[in-house]
Amino acid sequence: MIELTLSRRLDHPAGVLHLQLDQPVADGAFVALFGPSGAGKTSVLRMLAGLHRPDAGRIVVNGVVWFDTAASIDLPPQRRSVGMVFQDYALFPNLSVRANVGYGAGAGAGGWVDDLLAMMQLTGLQHQLPATLSGGQKQRVALARAVARKPALLLLDEPLAALDTGLRLQLQDDLARLHRQLGVTTVMVTHDIGEVFRLADVVWRLVDGRVDAAGTPAEVFLRPRQAGRLAMRAQVLSMRREEVVIIVSLLIGQEIVDIIAVDADVEGVRVGDTVLLSPRGFDAIGGAAPGPLLKMSFRL
Amino acid sequence: MSIDWQPLWLTVQLASVTTLVLLLLGLPLAYTIAYSRSRFKPLFETLISMPLVLPPSVLGFYLLLAFSPQQAFGAWLERWFHVQLAFSFAGLVLASVIFSLPFMVQPLQAGFQHLPVALLEASRTLGKPDHVTLMRVLLPNMKGAVLTAVVLSFAHTVGEFGVVLMIGGNIPGVTRVASIAVYDQVESLQYAAAHRYAAVLLLLSFVTLLLVYVLNRRWRAAPA
Repeated sequence: MIELTLSRRLDHPAGVLHLQLDQPVADGAFVALFGPSGAGKTSVLRMLAGLHRPDAGRIVVNGVVWFDTAASIDLPPQRRSVGMVFQDYALFPNLSVRANVGYGAGAGAGGWVDDLLAMMQLTGLQHQLPATLSGGQKQRVALARAVARKPALLLLDEPLAALDTGLRLQLQDDLARLHRQLGVTTVMVTHDIGEVFRLADVVWRLVDGRVDAAGTPAEVFLRPRQAGRLAMRAQVLSMRREEVVIIVSLLIGQEIVDIIAVDADVEGVRVGDTVLLSPRGFDAIGGAAPGPLLKMSFRL
Repeated sequence: MSIDWQPLWLTVQLASVTTLVLLLLGLPLAYTIAYSRSRFKPLFETLISMPLVLPPSVLGFYLLLAFSPQQAFGAWLERWFHVQLAFSFAGLVLASVIFSLPFMVQPLQAGFQHLPVALLEASRTLGKPDHVTLMRVLLPNMKGAVLTAVVLSFAHTVGEFGVVLMIGGNIPGVTRVASIAVYDQVESLQYAAAHRYAAVLLLLSFVTLLLVYVLNRRWRAAPA
């Protein structure tokens, strides 16, 4: 069980951000810290690791107080049982794959290092230097090194962001397997919703330094479905009038979609707005053959 | 044609001892400054860099004053340690350490600052105390910077003249290093002898610097 209350003032180029967090973490949970860049995700991770100092708060991991402003406790990173995977891996360039993993495991852990190397499919690469590895291989070494110490808390800072899609899916599987086998409580920073659904059982959505939604990925991301309907976000690219209807071009994900709307649908909507789309059902217009038409309910 | 090797031998001794002391002193200093966020950091950087711009005679003059038994520091040394620094080898070492300090600290500091800070942080999160991180992670990944610092300090001490003349004088076997010997021979119009010292110094400087560039090139080519 991890008790987590943090606040810190962050100076950003865009202005001052007040980071505030008060969330417990269950043992063995996989928490995704999700949000736009600049929301303070990485800062939360660094404060957990002891690399940044919160202005105020309390971090208690399995009964051990890591940080407590009221009691003036602030354990250095060395005394916190953490493993961290950095965004750019931070492998030690002078040490072989095996030595990198062994560095974290400490002396006399040869058997455990063997197990880890095998688990991450690194046995064949163990004598190579990091510079000779591909991105995915480096990532697996970083992961093996981070868990080598058997930490109470594993911290992942956008671990898969630099990899292409195919490799990312494969590493998500590796990560899920590692988490299942070791059962280590994990906090991962990500801005990939697919990753959240694949890996996390809890997600905290961080916006402007605050958690604006927390729960299972389904609870957090599928909430707009209250009415049991499909809904999706889209950006309005253009609106053109054709006879009595209006053709609205929308950007949905990376796809451009044209839909037909009537005046009432687009009231108050301007080009550039982000809208929420939901199906209206089988409405018929002017007695023409009924076809599925999207009703747009606008938000934001 | 004979050559008195003593000044050259003294030069090598002085440069070696100075470099060793500087390495032990410069490493923690460079490390502290590189990772310091103190607002006094510019002050320390300035103090360390002073010998770069100060005329050696100015530094030598103040050290001579400080070492003098008539002054507080010199008197204190004499009373408690029975040490006389002016016109002694120990005084030369101390002066050389101060004089060559920037040549040791600046390359090391740059070396630390060029390493990704994530290496230090990763090692910390892996539970390693900072001195282990320094020896096993940081230093092995900045071999070029360490070599540059060591060789520059050594070479700069070999080339020292003004400070040595001010506080060491010209005592054979004690403070007459090669650079002083060249000056001394020229003064007494012994050009042939001056030539020999000068040529050896020239060769020594060339070879040490060449070594730095060759090794640095090799380490850069291979993943350090």
